[in-house]
Amino acid sequence: MAERSFEKEIRKLRLGAGEEFSGEGILAVTKALLQSGVSYVGGYQGAPISHLMDVLADAEPLLKELGVHFETSASEASAAAMLAASVNYPLRGAVTWKSIVGTNVASDALSNVSSGGVKGGALIIIGEDYGEGSSIMQERTHAFAMKSQIWLLDPRPNLNSIVGAVETGFKLSEASNTPVMLELRMRACHVYGRFISKDNKRPDFGPGDAMENPVRDLSRIVLPPASFVHEKEKISERLPAAIDFIKSRRLNEFFGPENTELGIAVQGGLYNNLIRALEMEGLSDCFGATSLPLYVLNVAYPLIDEEVASFCAGKKAVLVIEEGQPDYIEQAMHAILRKRDIQTRLLGKDLLPMAGEYTSEEIRKGVTAFIREWGNDLSRLGPRRPGKRTGESSAPAELADVVPPRPPGFCTGCPERPVFSAMKMLDKEMAPSHVSCDVGCHLFSILPPFNIGNTTMGYGLGWAGASAFNTESRKRTVSFMGDGGFWHNGLSSGVGNAVFNKNDNVLVIIDNNYAAATGGQEVPSSQPRRPTRSTGHSIQNAVKGVGVKWLKTVHTYDVEDMRATLREALATKEKGPKVIVAEGECMLNRQRREQPIRNRMAADGKRVMRTRFGVDADTCTGDHSCIRLSGCPSLTIRDNPDPLREDPVAYVDNTCVGCGNCGEVAHAAVLCPSFYSADIVRNPNRGERIVARVRGAVIEYLQRREQKRREYYAF
Amino acid sequence: MHSDGDVSASGAYPRPITIAIVALGGQGGGVLSGWIVKAAEAAGYLAQSTSVPGVAQRTGSTVYCIELYPEAAAKRVGRDPVLALMPMPGDVDVVIASELMEAGRAIVRGFVTPDLTTLVASTHREYAISEKSALGSGIANGEAVLTTAREQSKRLVAFDMRKAAEDAGSAISAALLGALAGSGALPIARERFESSIRAGGRMVEENLAAFAAAYERAEGKAEDKSEELSATPIAPRPRSPAARAIVDRIEVEFPAALRDVLLVGARRCADFQDPQYAALYLDRIAGVVALESGHVDTCLLARECARHLALRMTYEDTIRVADLKTRPERFQRNLEQLGARSDEVVKMTEYMHPRIEEIADTCPVALGQWILRSKLPKTLLSPFLKKGRHVRTTTLSHFLLLRTLASLRKIRRSTLRYKIEDARIEDWLQTVLQTAPSDYDLAVQVARCQRVVKGYGETYERGLKKFAQLMNALEYLRGRADGASRFAALQEAALADEDDNALKEELRKLKSPEVAVSGQRAKC
Repeated sequence: MAERSFEKEIRKLRLGAGEEFSGEGILAVTKALLQSGVSYVGGYQGAPISHLMDVLADAEPLLKELGVHFETSASEASAAAMLAASVNYPLRGAVTWKSIVGTNVASDALSNVSSGGVKGGALIIIGEDYGEGSSIMQERTHAFAMKSQIWLLDPRPNLNSIVGAVETGFKLSEASNTPVMLELRMRACHVYGRFISKDNKRPDFGPGDAMENPVRDLSRIVLPPASFVHEKEKISERLPAAIDFIKSRRLNEFFGPENTELGIAVQGGLYNNLIRALEMEGLSDCFGATSLPLYVLNVAYPLIDEEVASFCAGKKAVLVIEEGQPDYIEQAMHAILRKRDIQTRLLGKDLLPMAGEYTSEEIRKGVTAFIREWGNDLSRLGPRRPGKRTGESSAPAELADVVPPRPPGFCTGCPERPVFSAMKMLDKEMAPSHVSCDVGCHLFSILPPFNIGNTTMGYGLGWAGASAFNTESRKRTVSFMGDGGFWHNGLSSGVGNAVFNKNDNVLVIIDNNYAAATGGQEVPSSQPRRPTRSTGHSIQNAVKGVGVKWLKTVHTYDVEDMRATLREALATKEKGPKVIVAEGECMLNRQRREQPIRNRMAADGKRVMRTRFGVDADTCTGDHSCIRLSGCPSLTIRDNPDPLREDPVAYVDNTCVGCGNCGEVAHAAVLCPSFYSADIVRNPNRGERIVARVRGAVIEYLQRREQKRREYYAF
Repeated sequence: MHSDGDVSASGAYPRPITIAIVALGGQGGGVLSGWIVKAAEAAGYLAQSTSVPGVAQRTGSTVYCIELYPEAAAKRVGRDPVLALMPMPGDVDVVIASELMEAGRAIVRGFVTPDLTTLVASTHREYAISEKSALGSGIANGEAVLTTAREQSKRLVAFDMRKAAEDAGSAISAALLGALAGSGALPIARERFESSIRAGGRMVEENLAAFAAAYERAEGKAEDKSEELSATPIAPRPRSPAARAIVDRIEVEFPAALRDVLLVGARRCADFQDPQYAALYLDRIAGVVALESGHVDTCLLARECARHLALRMTYEDTIRVADLKTRPERFQRNLEQLGARSDEVVKMTEYMHPRIEEIADTCPVALGQWILRSKLPKTLLSPFLKKGRHVRTTTLSHFLLLRTLASLRKIRRSTLRYKIEDARIEDWLQTVLQTAPSDYDLAVQVARCQRVVKGYGETYERGLKKFAQLMNALEYLRGRADGASRFAALQEAALADEDDNALKEELRKLKSPEVAVSGQRAKC
């Protein structure tokens, strides 16, 4: 990441054998990669795995020492294709992304690499963005693992298990010549914990060795007839090898008593939630000593038929706790039992919700229903555990209506806000257009207060999402794309596609200098700052390069110009694709870069100016149209100081960064004269001080005269 | 003073201590959770924390989950405890809410229970977009949250922690930590928390000061020092005979129930124009008071008229805005709000966008009407009116320009805007006066109806249009038992959305005969 330093994290990556690591799950995975002798790492950032990418991007010296090649891939597809290095060579490689979206993008390369198989361990670290707080569609990565035959690890969410899964993941991959996915849910990536480190391992064989000794094996290339052989190999060789490995290394775990009537099978990642749920029901202590036998699937795919059969056999009923849908594991277990004619009753989605996150609360409900239905003789469950708590809230239901929703929105001073302010004003003037959105911070335009946007079809696909609307019409469509999406694929899927198909509509590329939504990573058009990357490549040149003729660049904070340019793009008689590049640096990152410099200058006695906006409460009438065109967190409301008025007045709080949008919008929309900006100069120079003093004195004199008159008539 | 609890002496396995932090993205919930983890580890606990960043980081609400387990107890068992990654309703020992409505959200989610939960909540508000963007007042009911918080928590520690932090020049996370420590809900000594802040290495002094202030408040040692705003107007001190006459008139001619609002209203009118203008204000109200025979004790109608008439008569014309923008009180207030130091130079810029209408408004009637009617002035002036103006009030030339505009106050009564506003006011008052004898409650609503007219320029014109629509709707409401409540509902609809969708729908329902019939039936 460009504007943050990860020194502390990098120190943790250097810990040696026996030293204790403390930190987040995803950083532990990073450390585990280095301990496993990884040769190359790639990926595309996105919550919850951004941290892995950000830290490694800053860890150049360490990676050099270990001979590890790291790169920030252009997309998940690029990252997945990187695994090709493990096809012919004994190279351990890892790639990472946010799933399901990243896996979708990567799927072409994933199919290829899993068809030919791998020699070196290939690990795909999946940040499963499912459930509360997720920003994407709710689908399971599990389906990809099954259809491409990639093994899927789903370890218990504690640092020891996660780190262990990285190391065994590589071994499993090598033992079965199959790539392995390590699935980590959102909270597991961010979980803080500790584990005992091992020394980092420099790989014996590096990418350079491979380049100097290239190996060609026709049987590994995906083209008939090899591709047909690959499919058979998957079944006859790789799957049995994986099953042997999983069984012999006991990757799945069994807990609790044996020979009881009931049992629970659970995905490893849900283990902690399950234990808490059981604890609440008095069926476990907080160390996981349960009254029921548990079968913990740290390997979610493939299932080990024998393990499933032996766990279920002899039990009256088994509950399967499997998050998300379809219920692949449950279905597969049914098939296993049916084929072996085992009569154990299998329950799962009939007692637990088909869709949605399995929180402890949901699992608790499911387990309670399971016990109620099947555990008629609870004494046979073994001893009940103490420590049960049954807090119950009796808060009035109406409170839910009192608490307002908090949709995410643009940050204070965000350069994307003025673009949508301009759009909203233009909508009043020209009637709304169909708007095709993309993925990135700019997608917040669909939420209040802007309420702009009709669809979003995926990262970089903003313009492609409007490509059907390329017919004769009185209106043009507007599509959005961020610089992140543009470089990810939008240049070809959107811009190239529009040029080729003679599209007559409008694209706005929001160029804020970073992949901002994922944490401010660099993109090819970022300002050059890092010696290990080539940046500074202009979006405009790329757009022109694929054949766009109508191209304008606007500085986003100039709302009037933004509106005029949009108006022109929508109204011009000129045919062909129209692209507006709206430039403005991500404010979050700009502040991160500039604030420390300003603080230092101020402390050194140098002249520093800061700008803040304000609203005059006595001219504000409390209509809030400024807020409806902004939504800036720092532009808020407060009680009206005027005793005659009831509606709150607009107010700019201390978090204002002085971006200027308030004033520009007030101008462009001819809103109201209540906004003012103040330039506050710390350590002013001498001339400035004198001028200010003279002005101040005269103004004060004039004010006093007028005040006297008012005081005379006052009462 | 709270000290580390004894973690080794407890008998059977203790349960984990469960903590939930509910916060908004950007409030430092991650920093706070890091501090708590550090303090807990130093006090002999195994700590686990987790969160869901992602989109919630951008101003959305988010939950941080922390669980603590005594290391000694774990050692005795010889295993690591299994800790949860999400707070479970009914099983949370401490909830820390960084804002009042987030406390409400935690209660709604069932995290706060009377038998278990210490709720540490800052009572300040960060308004949600739905509250901020309302056309009128959309502020959520904070009292409802506080009442439930009191009932539903085992213990409530609630005060304005943002203020405690701001007073110390720090961020709210430090005050939240202080309040948590001071609440004594965790068996961790104060020094442990303070060491966490020191180890963080950033803004240490400010954070420690905010921590200390909040700690003492939470312990109950310090009182809330924030002053209550006094609702009663300042006692009058008239110096000129004209001003004294106004004050005397309010005392003598008007019922006691009206004096406070009339004083504020008359003062506002005099400040806007001159004492004669305040006298006109009182004349107009006197006309309403005459209708209050049945309601002398409350004078509800006259009160509402007094309030809205004062606002209406002090409309925001160019002269008024120029006057307010150049006042010394304003300069002083802004400097305070900006937090500018005395050795700093402050330059203020106003964002003004005069249209041809504003110029015509400020001209004498005939000239103003000519400007609006004819092409020539538009052609001549429009190049100057295309863009908004940056008026640098702290420069002499711009200050003098604004003062000159403000001095047009003397000719205000001859301006076009005055004539128009005066007629509008008279129309509205006449409607109130005509309505009151037959339907007093409806008249009160007509008086209140002024609140839909707000803002400047087009916003103001939109308000006038809404106002006119509402006035036209009166004919459907006169003589109906539910006239007043229906009219109040219409006003709410007028303030519901910018595109008038709700108002149109309400008006359609009002005017469509089927609904009217069913309304009749309902009455039978």
